[in-house]
Amino acid sequence: MSEIIVKVGLASCGRAAGAMEVYDKLKEYLEQNEGAYILKRTGCIGMCFEEPIVSLSGSEIGEITLGKVNAENVINLIEEYRKDIIPSSNIILSDKVEASCNDLFAYQQRIVLQNCGRIDPLSIEDYEASGGYQALRKALTLSPQEIINEVKISGLRGRGGAGFPTGLKWSFAASAKSDIKYIICNADEGDPGAFMDRSVLEGDPHRVLEGMIIGAYAIGAHKGYIYCRAEYPLAIEHLKMAIVSAREKNYLGDNILGTDFSFELSIKEGAGAFVCGEETALMQSIEGKRGMPSIRPPYPAESGLWGKPTNINNVETWANIPWIIKNGGEAFKAIGMEKSSGTKVFALAGKIAGSGLIEVPMGITLRDIIYKVGGGMKTEKPFKAVQLGGPSGGCIPADLLDIPVDYDSITATGAIMGSGGMVVMDSGTCMVDVARYFLNFTQNESCGKCTFCRIGTRRMLEILNRITEGKGELEDLDRLEELALNISKGSLCGLGQTAPNPVLTTLRYFKDEYLAHIVDKRCPAGVCTSLLHYYILPEKCIGCTLCARMCPVSCISGSLRQVHIIDQSRCTHCGNCYKACKFGAVTRE
Amino acid sequence: MEQDFISVDEILQEYEGKKGNLIPILQAVQRQKGYLSKSDIRYISEKMHIPIAEIYGVVTFYAMFRLEPQGEHIIKICKGTACHVADADSIKEAVVDYLKLEEGEQTTADGKFTVMEVACLGCCSLSPVIMIDQQTFGKLTPNSIPGILSRFKK
Repeated sequence: MSEIIVKVGLASCGRAAGAMEVYDKLKEYLEQNEGAYILKRTGCIGMCFEEPIVSLSGSEIGEITLGKVNAENVINLIEEYRKDIIPSSNIILSDKVEASCNDLFAYQQRIVLQNCGRIDPLSIEDYEASGGYQALRKALTLSPQEIINEVKISGLRGRGGAGFPTGLKWSFAASAKSDIKYIICNADEGDPGAFMDRSVLEGDPHRVLEGMIIGAYAIGAHKGYIYCRAEYPLAIEHLKMAIVSAREKNYLGDNILGTDFSFELSIKEGAGAFVCGEETALMQSIEGKRGMPSIRPPYPAESGLWGKPTNINNVETWANIPWIIKNGGEAFKAIGMEKSSGTKVFALAGKIAGSGLIEVPMGITLRDIIYKVGGGMKTEKPFKAVQLGGPSGGCIPADLLDIPVDYDSITATGAIMGSGGMVVMDSGTCMVDVARYFLNFTQNESCGKCTFCRIGTRRMLEILNRITEGKGELEDLDRLEELALNISKGSLCGLGQTAPNPVLTTLRYFKDEYLAHIVDKRCPAGVCTSLLHYYILPEKCIGCTLCARMCPVSCISGSLRQVHIIDQSRCTHCGNCYKACKFGAVTRE
Repeated sequence: MEQDFISVDEILQEYEGKKGNLIPILQAVQRQKGYLSKSDIRYISEKMHIPIAEIYGVVTFYAMFRLEPQGEHIIKICKGTACHVADADSIKEAVVDYLKLEEGEQTTADGKFTVMEVACLGCCSLSPVIMIDQQTFGKLTPNSIPGILSRFKK
């Protein structure tokens, strides 16, 4: 009988769902029963809605992945599995037996996420065993120009959001004349609702390192930085350990693998500023200054970090490089669309059943992503919109769900591809509130350099606040559009230029909701509290007095076993009564 | 007074000669002391020959730096998009209620907890989410807050 291998997904998302308790239990049991199984840790396989996730292999049943495992049932599940009994639990993935997520998984095509949730991210041997660092070995036998050509052929475009062709970017930095050049990995994943980079860094850090080392060789850089946001402590820890073990194996350091190419990598922790995701601001931050964007040109390829030629790519872009070098640019080009080749990783969140991380070929429709790969809506409430691209992106409505996911089609809707955050919204989400939410975000994160961004976003936010409070007027819609136009034109960096997008797209596709707020003083989704009115249904009220006790302004009258009444003139719309009532007697509209 | 700066000196020494070291130094000092005091900033300014105004500019630019002492446990309430649509506001209310914080107050009177909002913790599929120190808690409801916070009260 072969040995049973138990793998526990220990990425941040798994840990938040209790995976560490499962792992500790397994460790404790193993100490008492030596050799019972081989215990391994792994990253996030992407099906976050099923966390904590444990996969088992080594019995006749083949590898199976189990979801929603807990410390109480995990040992039993392993014992069943050992006896070739199909575990009586939630099987989510399996080659041989029925599993709930097999279908969802089949739509995916995994390049960047190939190893995530499969290998131990802290083991360089695991990465090597899955073919890791072979691309680097191959790259070192090629000339830098050959590598750049291969990347150009692949058609890879920057995965950070803007979609600039990677090969072209590399060729600029490569042809810059300087004895010192830098490369940077932008891991300042600041878009709220996006967690692709976090999962890759936590689950397969060596893939990113390998991509960077190949890039450094192609460009002629000897020093690289990974700029990672401080909100991702686990990603930073895994990166640090990966760098140490890569150095031990001479994938980093002097004379890499016996060649005359030397390269070193350091991690720079961000300090909490969204604008530092912009490349010029990011470099200012690495230099230890306030992260203020600067005017381009000069582009980083000519004068970047400390005035030296610098090439910046996003985590996912770097993570694609080893595959491209190993399999060739043509093979990559064959995946996806003509002008958007390869795959894209998306973080699905919000009101979707299968929230988590997916990787799909470019060109798939939004409808397929949401209803096939993502398993459809979470509740009975119907789909309303999907938000793409975070604060720089926009909300795409139901009737545009059949557009293909590629850089150009998404841009045509007014949203942007962005880094890959996809937040699904249902009829219970208010689109004016969503626009207000993003404006509040960009207004907070504006660095203050450009007047239009600094003051313009504040004026837009004030208008949106007014509308959600029921104090809006029809002219506000024109004011919003005018401000939006001027902010896009008058801002230096991407943050300001795209800040109005969430407002513009919601105005374009959901104008009726704005009108309902302004004209009817009503929030159709029931979100904007000032516009909600609470009433007690006499036929349902049993007079338990709970609502009256919960009311902070004591505006509910009625004694025990009598129907209660809300005094509308004093109600503050806090909703406490609505939440408190156990009989559904409080209604709101 | 001199005593106070021994640990700062050690940090300054560790980063000496490294390029762009101001932010890592401030991060390390804050990690050790919980916040950046006026005297620490003044000391770093003298030792590194960087004007206080410039350091203050950096400190106030980035969200993570604190100029006031922090509570023993830091509670970060995620305000990401997924959490927002999953009613993160009600989670914040529950935290503030449980800790009996007054309007505008961030740290509890007993110095146990500091509450702050953060942009996104990247655990969107488990929204709404909070992070206490280095531990993340997901799929929260207002009712689950007292149970979680009481564990840190000891």
